[in-house]
Amino acid sequence: MREFGYQRVFDVPGAVARLGADPDARYLGGGTNLVDLMKAGVERPALLIDVRELPLDGIETTDDGGLRIGATVTNSDLAAHPEVRRRYPALAQAVLAGASGQLRNMATVGGNLLQRTRCGYFADLAKPCNKRVPGSGCPAIEGEHHNHAILGASEHCVAIHPSDMGVALAAFDAVISYETADGPGELPLAEFYLPVGDTPHLETALPSGALITGVTLPPTPVAAVSRYRKVRERASYAFAIGSIAAALDVQDGVVREVRLALGAVASRPWRAQEAERVLTGGPASADAFAAAADAELAAAKTLPHNGYKVTLMRNLVVAMLTELTEEAAR
Amino acid sequence: MALSTSSAITLNINGEKHTLPVDHRTTLLDALREHLDLTGTKKGCDQGQCGACTVLIDGRRAVSCLQLAIASEGRVITTIEGVADGERLHPVQQAFLDLDGYQCGYCTPGQICSAIAMIEEHAAGWPSAATADVRPEAGAPPLTADEIRERMSGNLCRCGAYVSIVQAVAQAAEAEAAQTPTTARQFSGPSGPGDLAHPAGTTDAEMTA
Ligand SMILES: Cc1cc2nc3c(=O)[nH]c(=O)nc-3n(C[C@H](O)[C@H](O)[C@H](O)COP(=O)(O)OP(=O)(O)OC[C@H]3O[C@@H](n4cnc5c(N)ncnc54)[C@H](O)[C@@H]3O)c2cc1C
Ligand code: SF4
Ligand code: FES
Ligand code: FES
Repeated sequence: MREFGYQRVFDVPGAVARLGADPDARYLGGGTNLVDLMKAGVERPALLIDVRELPLDGIETTDDGGLRIGATVTNSDLAAHPEVRRRYPALAQAVLAGASGQLRNMATVGGNLLQRTRCGYFADLAKPCNKRVPGSGCPAIEGEHHNHAILGASEHCVAIHPSDMGVALAAFDAVISYETADGPGELPLAEFYLPVGDTPHLETALPSGALITGVTLPPTPVAAVSRYRKVRERASYAFAIGSIAAALDVQDGVVREVRLALGAVASRPWRAQEAERVLTGGPASADAFAAAADAELAAAKTLPHNGYKVTLMRNLVVAMLTELTEEAAR
Repeated sequence: MALSTSSAITLNINGEKHTLPVDHRTTLLDALREHLDLTGTKKGCDQGQCGACTVLIDGRRAVSCLQLAIASEGRVITTIEGVADGERLHPVQQAFLDLDGYQCGYCTPGQICSAIAMIEEHAAGWPSAATADVRPEAGAPPLTADEIRERMSGNLCRCGAYVSIVQAVAQAAEAEAAQTPTTARQFSGPSGPGDLAHPAGTTDAEMTA
């Protein structure tokens, strides 16, 4: 590991000023991803700016009835918060489905959004990887890719984003707030992660040096009937091979509003807009759910070892919407 | 000016202050084991994947292999060496002994630290991925074997002593619940209430939103 300096910051302007002054500096949240990658030599910061003492650890109701979540709120506190559990249950479930009790106590909301892919080649300095070393190639396409992307990838990178939390945030139209030396800014989650294209090393639209300060959830009544389901290779403490966040409002058998986001299928949490469009205003039936899933997955591009994800995601969409329809009927 | 890459830090561990020089690259785990001779905390994977290195930081369980020592200054750290009350074992330690919650014992310090904090998380009303209805109105789920397995999934046991680990955790949780009136139960660190940082929403009763 490269040697590095360490500094704690206590106010937001101080944090962005300190980081802006040093292109080799990184913010340190819980460290559960950054420290791991520093041990592997993938990340080599010269300075860590510890953000855990910033006054960004609160969760508050906004004036319009949404929720504002500070960037340093731990994953545990987010999932335990009564208003999150009551108004956005799929978000609490998504966070609880990730990592372990220990890691959720350490991990922050900001760090969770910016965690890097778990593609094995990315973390292995002995291998080429376009995301780590632009232009070096993507060995996953010919190699190990059973948990790689089926949507939105390119021939330059087929890695997935591993966050569970992000999938629920995508379903609920979260907005990310940040601060730079030039002042504050905002990015809807839908625009937060950049398309892969031929620049897989550029992952987010955050300006350089930006500190994430929080995440705002708009008031979303449909989210009260929402769920997250995660499929993985063991029962717990493993990354998803496919996941879904869904919310549904059905009245008299007709879909009034639906939210669907898919995880572990793309370089970002994947909002299933095409499926939502097909469903809205139509019948809440198993056939309609399957047709919506097919419409979304029509764009899927599979590799030799990840084709199962198309079937998996189709089944997840149908099962989840069927369950939510039953729940709404109760 | 060259940036300093090492510092003298003071760590509060098991109620004692230790001042030590550290290279910033030192994890809390290595500081405990290599610098302070507190070798009860074990190193398994060194990557956050096994839980052997679990300690309590401000009363909450955390993996010390991904926690930098320098980032632990000013926080209250409890390791397996600090959970007993003098000669009296912690109820979770006693339950692991009574029910053989281990075979080789390598994962045991991490399992015990994890279980101590997990029982408090549950008592504070935190749901888990095994909880059918996470809405606060549904109330805290009973601490069933499924709940224990899910909540303890961050601690792997290569010997596969899981069956008796789950029994030991259940027994310890019951013993603690019997001691504490359910209405007044507060989420507290090992050295009593107030030990824990109280960020947003640790208990339903504290709800302000
Ligand atoms: C064994 C293991 C299993 C896991 N399983 C899962 C899982 O199943 N599901 C899942 O979703 N995740 C999982 N994770 C990942 C975990 O959720 C992330 O590591 C964690 O959320 C990162 O948060 P952090 O605060 O520790 O980030 P850090 O490691 O501190 O930082 C990560 C990145 O974010 C940057 N950063 C941090 N805070 C800010 C900020 N406020 N502004 C700007 N930049 C910032 C850092 O500079 C760094 O680049 C797992 C991790 C491990 C180690
Ligand atoms: S999929 Fe992306 S991260 Fe993985 S090897 Fe290819 S370029 Fe690197
Ligand atoms: S040694 Fe820390 S989790 Fe394995
Ligand atoms: S008792 Fe041997 S690893 Fe758990």
